[in-house]
Amino acid sequence: MRETYGRTLVELGRENPDIVVLDCDVAHSTKTVHFGREFPDRFFNFGIQEANMMDAAAGLASVGLVPFVNTFAFLATLRAAEQVRTSIAYNGLNVKIIGSYGGLSDSYDGASHQSVFDLAVMRSMPGMTVIAPSDNLETRLAVRAAAAFDGPVYLRLCRNEVPDLFGEGHIFEFGKANLVREGRDLTLIVTGILAGRTVRAAEALAREGIDCRVLQMSCLKPVDWEAIRKASEETGALVTVEEHNIIGGLGSAVAEVLGATRPAPLERVGIADRYAESGDYEQLLDKYGMSVAGIEKAARKALGRKPSRPRPAEKASRARNGAKQGETG
Amino acid sequence: MIFKAQSGHLGGSLSVAEIVTALYFSEMRLDPADPDWPGRDRLVPSKGHCAPALYAALSLRGLIAPETLDDLRQTGCILQGHPCMKSVPGIDISTGSLGHGLSIGLGMALGARLKKQDFHVYVLLGDGELDEGQNWEAAMAAAKHGLSNLTAIIDRNGVQLDGPTEEVMPLEPLADKWRAFNWDVMKVDGHDVQAVVEVLRRARAEARGPVVVIADTVKGKGVSFMENSHLWHGRPPTREEFERALAELDGADGAGEAGHA
Repeated sequence: MRETYGRTLVELGRENPDIVVLDCDVAHSTKTVHFGREFPDRFFNFGIQEANMMDAAAGLASVGLVPFVNTFAFLATLRAAEQVRTSIAYNGLNVKIIGSYGGLSDSYDGASHQSVFDLAVMRSMPGMTVIAPSDNLETRLAVRAAAAFDGPVYLRLCRNEVPDLFGEGHIFEFGKANLVREGRDLTLIVTGILAGRTVRAAEALAREGIDCRVLQMSCLKPVDWEAIRKASEETGALVTVEEHNIIGGLGSAVAEVLGATRPAPLERVGIADRYAESGDYEQLLDKYGMSVAGIEKAARKALGRKPSRPRPAEKASRARNGAKQGETG
Repeated sequence: MIFKAQSGHLGGSLSVAEIVTALYFSEMRLDPADPDWPGRDRLVPSKGHCAPALYAALSLRGLIAPETLDDLRQTGCILQGHPCMKSVPGIDISTGSLGHGLSIGLGMALGARLKKQDFHVYVLLGDGELDEGQNWEAAMAAAKHGLSNLTAIIDRNGVQLDGPTEEVMPLEPLADKWRAFNWDVMKVDGHDVQAVVEVLRRARAEARGPVVVIADTVKGKGVSFMENSHLWHGRPPTREEFERALAELDGADGAGEAGHA
């Protein structure tokens, strides 16, 4: 994913001379090194100075450049959060903040380097657009869309390679979810790199006769209000899947929409408000609640919480035969 | 305006009055008819609490209507407690939270170079503000890039919110610190408008890299009972204090300087 990002930046650099890239001594990790080699005059290595880099990006944007700011996700959104707020988001400046090594993907470095609430921080910041792409193609599209958009964007990337999910023809649009799989019984909504696991869970559930709709929602802000409302109305139960604390990210965004439109049972798959540890990435995702089996379990639970909503004809027949409870559970 | 608002920072506004005067009425290239002109010089008021001094200058330069000053800090007024670029013409960047300005200024100065523009970037720093470590990150980075189009001006009034800077968090030897970060250091009496104009011209003309001007100033300058007192960092005057202060400042204006705008 980061290699795709690095190559896309070079592409953009060739197209737009106003694009500048800032990094904090992690250019080989974030892959901005490619841009730096091709455009040394437009590449600024700030050493280990996240706060300074973020404000310098605001200064560059204020005079008409388009800075892409790069560091690890936890540093971009916590160490430099106040710089992002005061200088970038408050002013609506055209800075693209790229949080590399998102979620647990800096797995062996442990909890100090993992980023499990960056989306919550950025989503709650007025004026910020928040994206967590799911695969390489979408990363490329989202980075290009961010460059074309005039305003602050936070884009979270995964350290590791992730399976390709989308083919040519896939479209990335701010505020729009993608329907990956149609279904009637409940809806799984996923952001970021767990899309592959979520599709696998939906396939396993289908073998049990549970028909899941899968919405892939890489844009957390603005959130696709209509897709969530519609999923609630048409399927009646939802599960969110994210590589993030279950507080403040996708689960919260979906709950906010449900509360304001058409409430329905919602289960949130993610990290249960705790810090993880060092280890193999896939193992950590499993251990901290984001396994395929965990998604399936949450789906069954959401389905079980679905209130029985008999159709008018059934209602009449029940009134005659005596009520029978819970048949949809 | 601070008296009317009953809120705002008098001490740190008075200490920069002559510096702001030198910038807005002599040194900064700007076009009041086109406040967003890309070729204008930039001012980053890193010590954003001196907003009243900036607003006074902007109104005298015709960028904001004088009557707006009466509504400083009031709901619906463009004049925020700290400078906001989105609402006030002539404010180049929003500030207020301390420690950001030098980094922003260095970004602007790098931007000027990339855009092949010859505008100059001034950053107005408080001395207490230098406690923030980010200034020293920015100092390192500006020297790395040899930004001769960047001038930092330190309002060295020696007083921060809780007391004298040398008690709260000692800054000295301040000039040596900047030299150690590979900046050229110039000093000036920050209340002598002509001297400030001259040092700024020198900083612009002779710069081989970033230049810092340490301006010796007096917090609350011109009002005897406010001078050098941290108690006047953020407190508004009563009517009686206001009238006494005006009388003292009017007396000082007899010298004919354009200060105390």
